[in-house]
Amino acid sequence: MVSIDYIRYISEICKIKFTDDELEDFIQQFTGIIEYVDKLKEVNTEGVVPTYFVNSNTQPLREDVIRDGLSKEDVIRNAPEEEYGYFKLLNVMD
Amino acid sequence: MAYKTIIGLEIHVELMTNTKIFCSCTNEFGGEANTHCCPVCLGLPGALPVLNKSVLEYGIKAGIAFNSKIANRTKMDRKHYFYPDLVKGYQISQDDIPLCSGGYVEIELEEGTKKIGLTRIHIEEDTGKSIHTEEGDSLIDYNRAGVPLIEIVTEPDMNTPEEARLFLEKLRSTLKYIEVSDCKMEEGSLRCDININVVDTETGEKTNITELKNLNSFSGAVKAMEYEEKRHISLLEEGKNTQRETRRWDEVKSETIIMREKGEVGDYRYAVDGDILPIEIGDKWIEEIRDSLPELPHAKKQRFIEEYDIPEYDAGVLTQSKELADFYEETVKYTDDPKQVSNWIMGDVLRRINDEELQIEDLKFKPKDLAQLLELINQGKISNNIGKKVLRTMFETGDSPEKIVKDEGLIQISDEGELKKIIEKILSENEQSIIDYRNGKDRALGYLVGQVMKTTRGKANPQMVNQMIRDMIE
Amino acid sequence: MDIVELTAIEMKENLEKKRISARDIVEAHIDRIEKVEEELNAFITISKEEALKSADRIDQKVRNGEKLGPLAGIPIGIKDNIVTKDIRTTCGSKMLENFVPPYESTVVEKIRKGDGIILGKTNMDEFAMGSSTETSYFGPTKNPIDSQRVPGGSSGGSAAAVKAREVAIALGSDTGGSIRQPASFCGVVGIKPTYGLVSRYGLVSLANTLDQIGVLGRNVIDAALMLKAIVGYDEKDSTSIDMELIDYIEVLSENIKGIKIGVPKEYMDLEMDKRVKEQVFKAIKTFEDIGAIVEDISLPQMEYGLATYYIVSTAEISSNMARFDGIRYGYRAENYETLDELYMNTRSEAFGEEVKRRIMVGTYSLSRDYSEQYYKKAVKVRTLIKEDFDKAFEKYDVILSPTSPNLPFKLGEKLDDPLAMYKTDLFTVPVNLAGICSISVPCGYVEGLPVGLQIIGNRFEESKILKVARAFEKHVSLGGENIGL
Ligand SMILES: [Mg+2]
Ligand SMILES: [Zn+2]
Repeated sequence: MVSIDYIRYISEICKIKFTDDELEDFIQQFTGIIEYVDKLKEVNTEGVVPTYFVNSNTQPLREDVIRDGLSKEDVIRNAPEEEYGYFKLLNVMD
Repeated sequence: MAYKTIIGLEIHVELMTNTKIFCSCTNEFGGEANTHCCPVCLGLPGALPVLNKSVLEYGIKAGIAFNSKIANRTKMDRKHYFYPDLVKGYQISQDDIPLCSGGYVEIELEEGTKKIGLTRIHIEEDTGKSIHTEEGDSLIDYNRAGVPLIEIVTEPDMNTPEEARLFLEKLRSTLKYIEVSDCKMEEGSLRCDININVVDTETGEKTNITELKNLNSFSGAVKAMEYEEKRHISLLEEGKNTQRETRRWDEVKSETIIMREKGEVGDYRYAVDGDILPIEIGDKWIEEIRDSLPELPHAKKQRFIEEYDIPEYDAGVLTQSKELADFYEETVKYTDDPKQVSNWIMGDVLRRINDEELQIEDLKFKPKDLAQLLELINQGKISNNIGKKVLRTMFETGDSPEKIVKDEGLIQISDEGELKKIIEKILSENEQSIIDYRNGKDRALGYLVGQVMKTTRGKANPQMVNQMIRDMIE
Repeated sequence: MDIVELTAIEMKENLEKKRISARDIVEAHIDRIEKVEEELNAFITISKEEALKSADRIDQKVRNGEKLGPLAGIPIGIKDNIVTKDIRTTCGSKMLENFVPPYESTVVEKIRKGDGIILGKTNMDEFAMGSSTETSYFGPTKNPIDSQRVPGGSSGGSAAAVKAREVAIALGSDTGGSIRQPASFCGVVGIKPTYGLVSRYGLVSLANTLDQIGVLGRNVIDAALMLKAIVGYDEKDSTSIDMELIDYIEVLSENIKGIKIGVPKEYMDLEMDKRVKEQVFKAIKTFEDIGAIVEDISLPQMEYGLATYYIVSTAEISSNMARFDGIRYGYRAENYETLDELYMNTRSEAFGEEVKRRIMVGTYSLSRDYSEQYYKKAVKVRTLIKEDFDKAFEKYDVILSPTSPNLPFKLGEKLDDPLAMYKTDLFTVPVNLAGICSISVPCGYVEGLPVGLQIIGNRFEESKILKVARAFEKHVSLGGENIGL
């Protein structure tokens, strides 16, 4: 069983909120999934290099040339709140 | 009791590329809010980053300048945290394989040269900027989001705030030399975080590290470090410890103020950014970049010592910035006394520049004018002191020394007959001094010379006056 | 002529021969959509006006005798996680309910340049997390063959729309089977291209080292036509590959005699519906009949495929979903007094259960205390899985397996059991882990429900899987499907 404190910690860092009731159900499912993936522990991966990229190509480099971005209107067209062309929110930043 | 202060720095420097690190938006400072943005730097769903070649190049330049090892293969990683300035919930940065590792910066101390070790230099993206209104809102501008940065992390090798200041000066001048950043602290293109603590060298007891953030000038940084140094020491003296915390410098109150307690380091969940492929950097490219670098401060300093036969200290000061070094070399071209030029620049010129916080580029006179001034002195046309006075006028008007000397009638009086008349008058008015001198009071001679200089408003040739008075009263 | 019954290629040919106009094609499909959509719910957004405008533009081209693009007049559905400029792109989520992108994805740009006609944005599991299209904020899509059943997912809307003749072809995205499994469930063809063949620029990332945009069509030729139109290097996607383009239509007529097919025994041993297995064995027999060499092979690490996939994908998901914070676009919670509340409320109110679950698992497997144990372990097992395939492709041209271990299941049947849902992707996820290509073609029917055959190919060997699939499609005539709609 994954500890409830650790689930709370995870929920804190990924900013997903659970009520205490939700958490009880959730922890069951979560533990079930973790138990399933725990079968990876059977695999001997000593000396195995990780795969982060499936192809062997390397990063192309972009020339440092300015191109037009979005218009001011397009930048903020989806903003939940906007003022003077800025994205706006209540001042809750520290 | 003996205490040792331990200081390590983390410096973020914005690079002077044309475009941002992962998109082709302009990297120009300022601009109307949210007008330097595109789907990539706004982190719109579906947009993907493409690495700017110049960012790598500038990072490599910095690495070479600071004697670091450049990685032949590196990668970009995601550093996760939530903040409104950060568009994707992660910053694209570098974790375990930085672009440059190791290296050092040399600073000049009275007791000699000290090497400050660098841990690493890596490339990453900057965040947006928010402002807070009186109505209680925050407004965010993402023009700066995606601006390329290098992050430079030092070893905890500095032991006084002054060493840290010298390090920062050297770092800044080098970065400006190689033209990777304009390093304007006021525009945020150079930002510095400081880790500081104190160790009792007898007991080995240490205070916890305090992190100082949001420092916006070198002088503020130094004051903050001095303040912290004292605070840590007095805590140790009381047998207490600091808590691990982050503080900021309050310029008005002249003290550091706690921002937040730092219980533990953040869980950034670093992971390889799969949208950016492994980056390959060939030795050939590194060598090309090395060859393209201008002469670095250290090499320039060595050259100054040899070529101009000036002391190491002078060479160090003169090569602090490229502009200053160029000014010196240009002046020397018109004279045959490099040491004299060095004395003048390090003395009256720099003093004035520092007092008024001027830039070399702002000076109203040219190296040639300074050379002309020295020439007038050397020819005996004006005295050293008059020379200083002329220089002051040059700072204000930018007029040539010859013109100033002429306009203000400052030509030195070296005519024996003319001087004799003045001296005779002074002697007749100061009989007591003559007696004193004859009774062995050397000071009386100085007084008499001074009176002559005063009467001539400094124009009399001081050597001649000195000799003539002696001759006349002995 | 019943326009909606034509294949994509036929629509295009009829248009070129001026037998029908682009407007005829669009209107016929809009009629069809109006007829079935209420029940089917394959679309989140229908771009009728836009489509008619495009049709008129193409008809103008026909009248002027201008050269037409490769997709001329073909009505196309776009999965709603592919960005369309000025057309709402929701990813099936409340989070992006009102998101109207100010830019275009590369694939859609190519479709527009190729004179394809975009009819709308198709339904999907929320942010492509799911295998049944039931987690969509906009309600589930039904399986056109049996409306009591799911169409599969996450590209369920695209598969259903193609099957139900609402569009001729559609784009989907496949991270662990999200094109192939719904193709299997809806009895259509679905291609998951090699990682890097199609630009991901404008595809809203689910797990960005696994995601690929691919196509769904009613037959292999239509699917190949669409694939050909969207492949190619894109400087906006660094992971896309710069390579010579292949004519995927041309290769379809090639003979497959003597081609070597591997059937991994570990696959056939995995838990699956017996009736599915039977159909796949029948298909294997068919291949032998047409002269292919079929042999048993071993892919020893396959049993770890799903666990590996689950860790790698959720880790990437937790990262890719971090940008949805309610600040620049998307849903924002009304009530918040602190920054934390703004984030927590926004994300908890706008994300569905499955999305939250995967973000949580991914955050866990990347967390300070567990990343060694989970994420870093999984990326190593990924290497072993990839090496299994590499080895197999040294000897074999393609690998066969069922697409899904299940027949299309009933709506709601697996919703409360996430693990059971994930297991419907057992056969498809290893392909994404290895970054290779794969196609699902209908291979038979069980009580009127379709079974999909998966044909897996090595990286950038799309032409092989396409010609094998085409040979199969040509040779067998499948009957027995119930068209519910
Ligand atoms: Mg940093
Ligand atoms: Zn941009």
